[in-house]
Amino acid sequence: MATYGEMVLKYRLFMKAYPFARYAINPVPCANLEKPLNTARVALITTAGLHTPEQVGFDSFLKSGDASFREIPNSVITSTLIEAHKSDTFDHSGVLANRNLAFPLDRFRELVAQGEIGNLNHRHFSFMGSILRPKRLIEETAPEVAEGLRADGVDVAFLTPV
Amino acid sequence: MCVQTVGLIQSAIERAGITTVSISLLHEVTDVLRPPRALFVPYKLGFPLGEPNNSALQHRIIAAALSLLARNDVPVIEDFQA
Repeated sequence: MATYGEMVLKYRLFMKAYPFARYAINPVPCANLEKPLNTARVALITTAGLHTPEQVGFDSFLKSGDASFREIPNSVITSTLIEAHKSDTFDHSGVLANRNLAFPLDRFRELVAQGEIGNLNHRHFSFMGSILRPKRLIEETAPEVAEGLRADGVDVAFLTPV
Repeated sequence: MCVQTVGLIQSAIERAGITTVSISLLHEVTDVLRPPRALFVPYKLGFPLGEPNNSALQHRIIAAALSLLARNDVPVIEDFQA
């Protein structure tokens, strides 16, 4: 189990001091799912910093964080995705061994094949999660992705951190 | 910070009218942030779906998360029973 207590001291102190409450979501939005899951269109969002080999990677040197995103085509071969996340706050070995650990596209393909969900959107989105100052994320890039998914007719978004 | 980033993106997507659910690896962050629906999993950072190449476990976690989509009593934060 991940807790602040298991982190190395510098990150533990950082997490305790970070003003998470400043970004508390209020009011909490709620969009009811109006159709059964087996007819719904699903998109995946990860903050694992994954990108395709053709795309430019994320910028790990921006101190405030890189709030940009990469569009991952639904046709991608999951194992070819590159992990650009450079944070030493977590163990990268799992994602490097199996991208589905943080971007479960193959699992969702299996759910479509089994008829559990309707279909997958033609694109998914990847961010890199180390965003200390999320102003640009909140005001620009997250709403941009949200609007794109709405325009795509997506019913459900499934999100995974690392 | 990934858990906060996920919650902020999730909220933007839900505001656009799309039903969302996320995986959480840090109760401390999710409890304060309050995204619409989150499944807390008892794995270390970097392992949101449990174990690499363990499809059965990954499917169990995904199914538990998807089961929260029917919930409208937001914010919903449930613990995955491993």
